[in-house]
Amino acid sequence: MLTNTEVRSKVLDIIADIALDDDVTGISDEIALREQLDLDSMDFLDIVMELKKRHKIEVPQEDYPRLATMQSCVDYLAPKFNQ
Amino acid sequence: MSSSEKYDCIVIGAGMSGLASGIRLAMYDKKVLILERHTISGGLNSYYARGKRKFDVGLHALTNFVGPKDKGKPFNKLMKQLRIPYDDFKLSPQNYSLISFPDKKLKFTNDINCLVQEINELFPDQVDGFINLLNHVKNFDEVNLNNETVMAKTVVRHFISNESLVEMIFCPLLIYGSAWENDMDFSQFVIMFKSIFLEGFSRPEGGVRTIINLLHQKLESLGASIRYKACVSKILTENNKIIGVEINDNEIIYCDKILSSMGLPETFDVVNDSDFFKKYPKPNIGKLTFCESILITDKKPKELGIDATIIFYNNRPEYLYQSPTTLFDRESGVLCFPNNFNYQNNNTYNDDYSEGVLRVTNIANFELWNQLKMGPNKEQYLEAKEQVFLNAKKILSASGLNQDYQILFKDIFTPTTIKRYTSHYGGVVYGSSDKSRNGKTPIDGLFICGTDQGFLGIVGSMLSGISMANLHVLQGDS
Ligand SMILES: Cc1cc2nc3c(=O)[nH]c(=O)nc-3n(C[C@H](O)[C@H](O)[C@H](O)COP(=O)(O)OP(=O)(O)OC[C@H]3O[C@@H](n4cnc5c(N)ncnc54)[C@H](O)[C@@H]3O)c2cc1C
Repeated sequence: MLTNTEVRSKVLDIIADIALDDDVTGISDEIALREQLDLDSMDFLDIVMELKKRHKIEVPQEDYPRLATMQSCVDYLAPKFNQ
Repeated sequence: MSSSEKYDCIVIGAGMSGLASGIRLAMYDKKVLILERHTISGGLNSYYARGKRKFDVGLHALTNFVGPKDKGKPFNKLMKQLRIPYDDFKLSPQNYSLISFPDKKLKFTNDINCLVQEINELFPDQVDGFINLLNHVKNFDEVNLNNETVMAKTVVRHFISNESLVEMIFCPLLIYGSAWENDMDFSQFVIMFKSIFLEGFSRPEGGVRTIINLLHQKLESLGASIRYKACVSKILTENNKIIGVEINDNEIIYCDKILSSMGLPETFDVVNDSDFFKKYPKPNIGKLTFCESILITDKKPKELGIDATIIFYNNRPEYLYQSPTTLFDRESGVLCFPNNFNYQNNNTYNDDYSEGVLRVTNIANFELWNQLKMGPNKEQYLEAKEQVFLNAKKILSASGLNQDYQILFKDIFTPTTIKRYTSHYGGVVYGSSDKSRNGKTPIDGLFICGTDQGFLGIVGSMLSGISMANLHVLQGDS
């Protein structure tokens, strides 16, 4: 079982690799990632592809909005990590 | 001969777009192979050496200059998609550039306010119109692949009534990025306007080699490979669907998809369907190509009175961006001074040239050069190159370069040189006047990237490679 903190850190690893020149240490969990970091739709697609590549987790297109904030990522992905 | 390995995607061409798309595909575990007919990478943006001296072919300046924190700008999108840190490009911004017409000069820098001020001084009754144009450009979604084609001069004349100013604004944008003569599609205008006037020019320390090395390192770290001296002689299809390529007329490699950066007419010509052009129109061959003189001098341009980075020189009231009826256009040209980027300001990066480097590019006529090159008298071709060189010196001096210098070395390349090294028909630099905006072709699994997808220049072609790989291979996949 991965705890929520562990899921958060796995997501953060992905974001840190994508937003290479951004500082990701101070990300707030409740505010949209888009507003805190230089992420656009191309980057969200990369987050989805990285989840598939690293963790074999599939995110269907209709669920993309659930990756909006760090908190919603954790809520949505934790069950998938633990499946 | 045929290899048993099958690839998810073959990329034709190791130019900027091919390398960038290869990186994206390898990053997401696609089995990808880049095929390049030449012995090195780079394509239109390549390099060579003569003795100890290193030369760049493309790259007067990298467009789209922004700082590392400028969110959402094309250059930073590019870096992010390729996972290359901003600092690795070692960019130094330009000093300033000039649009130089017979009776007026407009200066611009990487800060748009400079150009606004210049217009306010030289064309006071036009400045409000220019500011409105700026706002229109800023709010325009130029990369929407579904934009209608409208000619840019028609749109710009709604904002600017002075024809001289229209010509001056279009001059750098046309010669740095139009496949059409004298005008361009408005979306392309906006791309160029943003990349040159709103963002601006810079140069990586080390020039073209720095960019290519970064792309190579990335490809290598992802385990993708480039095969050189591998000329795609046929694109193989079955029932209108890609099955592979034939290279060097004798070897077959199978794949599911192809991203081609050869150019639209060049790609269609190697499709193994003899009825292809009965079913589909043949794309035009573009008309715009260049010759360039590179002078290596004992003094740097600053010591000779020029500190501008680029000068867009035009000696006529209007700017003729069209294939000339003579070998080359003597009355206009782009003067590029790689020593004149702002190296002092950020002490990190240096002018890597120990000597003066002066580059002068003129619009040229491919057919006329080709006739000379193919003709019986080699002397005529060499004599014509000498004329290009003498004219370059004349334009340099008309632009204020003091004559007190020695030329240590000179090299002149022509449209036939460009054709030889890039295989683009007509030696074109901005491709066909027909583009495949969404990258699709009539063949299932064959996609266009780079110049003939429509995004031009170094940054543009890399973005093209990335977006076509994303759209047609990575996304088209789930
Ligand atoms: C003199 C000059 C100055 C320039 N200055 C600038 C500048 O200052 N700023 C800027 O942004 N841009 C500049 N450019 C333009 C820029 O270099 C190009 O827009 C860009 O490099 C195009 O990249 P591409 O990948 O679309 O195409 P290409 O570079 O043409 O890549 C296509 C590749 O495909 C290969 N190929 C072709 N046919 C085959 C085949 N059958 N099989 C295998 N391989 C094949 C070619 O050898 C080539 O390597 C300049 C270009 C020139 C020539």
